[in-house]
Amino acid sequence: MSSVVKDTHHDDHPSGIMRWIRTTNHKDIGTLYLWFAMIMFFIGGFMALIIRSELFQPGLQFVDPQFFNSMTTMHALVMLFGVVMPAFTGLANWLIPMMVGGPDMALPRMNNWSFWILPFAFSMLLSTLWMDGGAPAGGWTLYPPLSLQTGDAFPFLIFSIHFMGLSSIMGAINVIATILNMRAPGMTLMKMPLFVWTWLITAFLLIAVMPVLAGGVTMLLTDKFFGTSFFNAAGGGDPVMFQHIFWFFGHPEVYILILPSFGVVSSIIPTFARKPLFGYSSMVYATASIAFLSFIVWAHHMFTVGIPLAGELFFMFATMLIAVPTGVKVFNWVTTMWKGAMTFETPMLFAIAFIVMFTIGGFSGLMLAITPADFQYHDTYFVVAHFHYVLVPGSIFAIMAACYYWLPKWTGNMYPETLGKIHFWLSTFFVNLTFFPMHFVGLAGMPRRIPDYSLQFADYNMIASIGAFGFGIAQILFLYIVIKTIKGGKKATDQVWDGADGLEWTLPSPPPYHSFNTPPVVK
Amino acid sequence: MSESGSYYIPHGSNWPIIASIGVCTTMVGGSILLNGSDIGKYILFIGLAIVIYMIVGWFSTVVSESERGIYDSQVDSSFRWGMVWFIFSEVMFFAVFFGALFYVRSYSLPWLGGEGTGLATNTFLWPNYEAVWPQTANGPGEIGGKFEHMSAWGLPALNTAILLTSGLTLTWAHHALKEMKRGQLIAGLFLTVALGSVFMIFQAIEYGHAFTELNLNLGSGIYGSTFFMLTGFHGFHVTIGTIMLCVILGRSIRGHFNPKNHFAFEAVAWYWHFVDVVWLGLFIFVYWI
Repeated sequence: MSSVVKDTHHDDHPSGIMRWIRTTNHKDIGTLYLWFAMIMFFIGGFMALIIRSELFQPGLQFVDPQFFNSMTTMHALVMLFGVVMPAFTGLANWLIPMMVGGPDMALPRMNNWSFWILPFAFSMLLSTLWMDGGAPAGGWTLYPPLSLQTGDAFPFLIFSIHFMGLSSIMGAINVIATILNMRAPGMTLMKMPLFVWTWLITAFLLIAVMPVLAGGVTMLLTDKFFGTSFFNAAGGGDPVMFQHIFWFFGHPEVYILILPSFGVVSSIIPTFARKPLFGYSSMVYATASIAFLSFIVWAHHMFTVGIPLAGELFFMFATMLIAVPTGVKVFNWVTTMWKGAMTFETPMLFAIAFIVMFTIGGFSGLMLAITPADFQYHDTYFVVAHFHYVLVPGSIFAIMAACYYWLPKWTGNMYPETLGKIHFWLSTFFVNLTFFPMHFVGLAGMPRRIPDYSLQFADYNMIASIGAFGFGIAQILFLYIVIKTIKGGKKATDQVWDGADGLEWTLPSPPPYHSFNTPPVVK
Repeated sequence: MSESGSYYIPHGSNWPIIASIGVCTTMVGGSILLNGSDIGKYILFIGLAIVIYMIVGWFSTVVSESERGIYDSQVDSSFRWGMVWFIFSEVMFFAVFFGALFYVRSYSLPWLGGEGTGLATNTFLWPNYEAVWPQTANGPGEIGGKFEHMSAWGLPALNTAILLTSGLTLTWAHHALKEMKRGQLIAGLFLTVALGSVFMIFQAIEYGHAFTELNLNLGSGIYGSTFFMLTGFHGFHVTIGTIMLCVILGRSIRGHFNPKNHFAFEAVAWYWHFVDVVWLGLFIFVYWI
């Protein structure tokens, strides 16, 4: 019965835009997510360059401070919700069904909706740039009472966050249902590739915390428009309560942005070291521990706000504990490479750079975790340096590594290796040129989120701005490489990389429209 | 699992894009309305109409696919995982508002009253403010004026009994379904819908009582904020649950479901029990203690 239905529709490819709007195919939807992330990456990057232009020299030169604040706020929202999260969901869509040996995602229609929410949600968010009172300018963390002073943009901001949250929750439900229900016979949980494992845990985090953000911003909305007093001390509420709610979402959120990167790197390192991953099961348990700890560390974002001493101590120690499972991961990656027959194709370069620079970001995070030290670092450029090190050479590099690693599988064509390497070296050089000096100005006391600064910070800011423009221009090369690879190039073999292991490499390159109509045998 | 080759993958669907257009229109209309422009109202209603059209259409598609026997046990299992995790996300949504309630009661009000590190706040900003819960002019700024708090005994206690009973009638209907006693199934579902509706009517009466006699509303300081947000979102969920129950009642009357294949029934039942448990939390922490 069902096979009859399948036959009439499985190869139904409507052409033109309607193919993409109506599609329920995991590969089409994965492609849509990835292109959406690419477009938003350039929009968010453009905002970053406005910020860096203004900060090129002290004094106010290009934009007024309100607009500058809008740029920092929107840059963050676009990059987090519009780039890193959709890019990882795109990778999940493309790869998870292939990796677990399933025919597609478990809930294909909902999968389509998860994607098609995003263009609408971001149109709403970006449209606020042209509204009375300007785009949101209170920072992406939306702390009241400042965020309540937003103009006409305010309800659009809140509703667009609700909308993105809906998309993330549905995407995460789909990932979990796919992993738990669509595995080929023999694909036990502890045989799954780590990318699948990290996404399973990420999806759990998403479902647990996106509703918390939704609830928090709903309270902001009612505080502004319906007279509630959640964050108003005069009514018995507390603005600090918003920070607790926000960071209860926010800290798991930052692991949502990094755990799939761990999965990507754990796939790439063994391939190019030509050795199986060292300590597979410890990687799984470490990921699960990181996810668990992410729920009990949120107040380390709020050390200076005035929380009881017992709270400061608890959150300091709990935060430092995260270094243990993270250390296990870094150790395992390095040990996988130990005495391996290593080659350094572009994905491997990005993966190794990820390990080094993510660890730098991890260490500055450890510094920030020390409560008394954080009193000095809080709200300085040191924090900006820290989270950009984990997000740009961390998450973004992992996404790029994944693109280079799986593009030959997706398109059937090899990317141009030399250009890939040039892109890698340019990105690595400029990303450090941008963010490394921020450690110094931060430690010297330069506050974040300001359009102007004291003269003593001028040199490092100029260097950072040059780095930012360099990094931005290098990404145009990335776009060119991706388009060139899609259009043609040396034909890729099925296995693509000679050390590659996993079900996706048993499929042709490019893989058929539906991955595994007959489930593969997993030994 | 053995039948993976026949896992049903729906072909292209228009519902998701209609859903996005509908929800986006609703949100844009709502935003314009909140910003004080009346035209937002019309956009909001158009959006809501699209959303309702989408929900009816999307679910009809799924129901008809299910009735044609397209879904195998693996698809059924996907739906189950989907519903379980959806309910978990709802649990977390309510957890925020409960969390806000507990935070306010254990921290922010005592601090405003001068406890612990709140001494200076109390002395310099709001001397004479005493933190008591629940009290009749909440918060030091007396926002919302004088009001009275809601009592647990009376309609709320009765409502607790009603919702718990509705859980029982629903379980009775489920057993009837598994034993193919269609008369009892329909009777059980009908009773559950009736109890759910009575609950909503009583809640409406309680709200009327709060607005008119207690001077209690969303603007009544943090007590009013937490009270109405929690009970309001719960009431909204009961309404959705009741509509879902009506749908499966209608499907039962038409002869849908059999002892082996009745995911929709179970999904609604899970949802209804979840709404039930939330109410118990509300009754204990919002109304009672």
